[in-house]
Amino acid sequence: MSVTKRRLRQAAAVALVAVTALGAAAACGEAKPEAGAKPDKLIVDTFGEFGYEDLVKQYETANNIKIELRKTGDLGDYRNKLVRYLATGKGAGDVVALEEGIINEFKLNPANWVDLGQYASAGKSGEYLSWKWELGKTTDGKVIGFPTDVGSLAACYRRDLFEQAGMPFERDAVSASWPTWDKFIEVGLQYKAKTGKGMVDSLTSVTNAVLFQHTGDLFYDKDDNLYNPAVKPADRKPTDLIAANSPAVKAAWDTSVKIHNAGIAAKTATWSPEWSAGFKQGTFAVTMCPSWMLGIVKANSGDANSGKWDVAAVPGGSGNWGGSWLAVPAQSKYQSEAAKLADFLTNATSQVTAFKKSGPLPTNKTALASTDFTGYTNPYFNNAPTAKVFGESVKNIQPVHLGPRHGSVKEKAFEAALNALMSGQLNADEAWAKFLNDVPSQGAF
Amino acid sequence: MSLSATTAPPPAASPEQAPRKPRLAHRLARFDLKASPYLYIAPFFIIFGIFGLYPIIRTVWMSLHNWNLIAPDRRSFIGLQNYVDLLSDDYFWNAVRNTVGIFLLATIPQILLALFLANTLNRGLRWRTFFRMAILVPNVTSVAAVGIVFGTLFQRDFGVINWVLSLISVDAIDWRNTTWGSWTAISVMVDWRWTGYNALIFLAAMQAIPRDLYESAAIDGASRWRQLWSITLPMIRPTLIFVVIISTIGGLQLFTEPLIFSGDSLGGNLRQFQTVAMYMFEKGIETTTTAGYGAAVAGMLFLMIIVASVLNFLLIRKSVR
Repeated sequence: MSVTKRRLRQAAAVALVAVTALGAAAACGEAKPEAGAKPDKLIVDTFGEFGYEDLVKQYETANNIKIELRKTGDLGDYRNKLVRYLATGKGAGDVVALEEGIINEFKLNPANWVDLGQYASAGKSGEYLSWKWELGKTTDGKVIGFPTDVGSLAACYRRDLFEQAGMPFERDAVSASWPTWDKFIEVGLQYKAKTGKGMVDSLTSVTNAVLFQHTGDLFYDKDDNLYNPAVKPADRKPTDLIAANSPAVKAAWDTSVKIHNAGIAAKTATWSPEWSAGFKQGTFAVTMCPSWMLGIVKANSGDANSGKWDVAAVPGGSGNWGGSWLAVPAQSKYQSEAAKLADFLTNATSQVTAFKKSGPLPTNKTALASTDFTGYTNPYFNNAPTAKVFGESVKNIQPVHLGPRHGSVKEKAFEAALNALMSGQLNADEAWAKFLNDVPSQGAF
Repeated sequence: MSLSATTAPPPAASPEQAPRKPRLAHRLARFDLKASPYLYIAPFFIIFGIFGLYPIIRTVWMSLHNWNLIAPDRRSFIGLQNYVDLLSDDYFWNAVRNTVGIFLLATIPQILLALFLANTLNRGLRWRTFFRMAILVPNVTSVAAVGIVFGTLFQRDFGVINWVLSLISVDAIDWRNTTWGSWTAISVMVDWRWTGYNALIFLAAMQAIPRDLYESAAIDGASRWRQLWSITLPMIRPTLIFVVIISTIGGLQLFTEPLIFSGDSLGGNLRQFQTVAMYMFEKGIETTTTAGYGAAVAGMLFLMIIVASVLNFLLIRKSVR
């Protein structure tokens, strides 16, 4: 080997090691900006459709700040990302959305979150539905989330398909045809007789609606017990689970089984690819619509189906499915700026703008009362007076206590069992047993 | 041959010049001689240490704890309890069964097909180079893309596969909600991606077989089929076993395809295609309170892979002799 070649190699080796060392040093020594420094960019993490696109642009120009909106479609994926950010201490957005099914789990560790109480604009705590505001607080009174929306319930239906089936298709007539779930099944049987197809998308769509039309415990009791506290841990049987004795869970289950037996479900599991495609293809004619679902129905159905969907009253009375808060993770470098942004995104005017864009229903009382909101009709949904439909039922919503891992129990135990029933993998008794069997592992915290 | 490479390189400086004052160049040369080999291999070991060794040690450490992912104050040492629980966990064994089942369903046809392809490409084929390159193309695509595209093909209502099946009047198959349907769909994804890769490896091994063996066999009147059984297969046996080892390791770690096919970590309503890696993900990442348990699943997966590799190693040693 020639000398020059060796020199070259020597230099290359030294350079390589130096670069590696430098990289390691750089990874450790990331400088923290001073408190109150002007942020280069704020990141907002949301899932589903929050309708923040225009609001963010508006805030950018008004405050000369860059904002990045990161959207994740599916709540489950979103939660996993958030967990990863919190576990590693970096990566989270400066403002993140927390849904009602997951917020309680995150509330268990208040250290991960900034107390927004200190940054809230004057009088903010009194502006919202009081139960909604309270749910955004930890047990020791720290405000970790500003309320965004509630998932007030309605039923989305395809007027064109109802019309083709020779059934009443105007929204008032449809609402009147299904005051109860039993009547809903009758309508479904009619639709099936005329078209040979299932009317409602899935069992879990109905289940989620029924679950929140009742008050009382769901999967946990008020003290977050999974089992009846009177039973000693050694003697616990599946029948001692709070879930096994909850009237709401029982009602939701029984209604679903009835619908399954009547054969009026199109058997497209909610959130599955068949479901998403089914919106365009008209596989089903009805899906239960919490307010935030409007944006998802629209996104899945596409512009070609504009005007074909309409919004009617939900069978069985008002209830709440979903709804979120905006929180600021303690790892954010620009906490006060982030809190200001969260404050802005949840104020009365912003909530109305977001509602018009994607459907999340305001929780701000001023927003709910404003004529800008109440007069709104949704052009995509055949000019349905969505504000009126959802806004009226919002006052009747009773807060339901959801335990720390409510979302996980609901999705991985309850809905999985119902989907297994729907697809014919299990019969009703087997599915119920499977549900109870899975509750303890999914609900433990 | 490989032995000589690991012995020390020949001395660079001659000892006769030793009494003189060592010059800088001389010292640099000595440094180069002694240290530079370590510097050359350092990048690998540094990167391996950071991204390989540290996570392994950390995972083992976590698996001995009741580990909360997002609340550092709620972690406690519990020894081997996670492993004890794991052994009586039905869902864990279900995942093991699924993983082995999908592995067999995917790998056996895959190796047969790869052998067939390699054997065909080994002949005097027109456009040979083109075909040899083309079979590797699926391997270049991203796993996630494969999962999404095949997930669409295997849809129940509007999937292409069910449409094709309907042409020969087969009823729509609910690929996701049946055990065999889901295993088949995932196996097809795995095979689509890896058959060509394995075929290329087989082809390389086949090319190394001396031509005259075939010539003399042909003179003796051996058919092509006989040549394949009596010459090709015995000669590529070490390669065959290498491919089996690599497929085993890959198969046991199967994750992305079923995860995307499922849409969540459950792998179907009844966990009918939840693999061990997915169960690890469910317990270790999705459930914040059971990260230690998830780490224990990772530990068991590690053990399973070691056992499988040792078995394969014993086989290979026997066959090479």
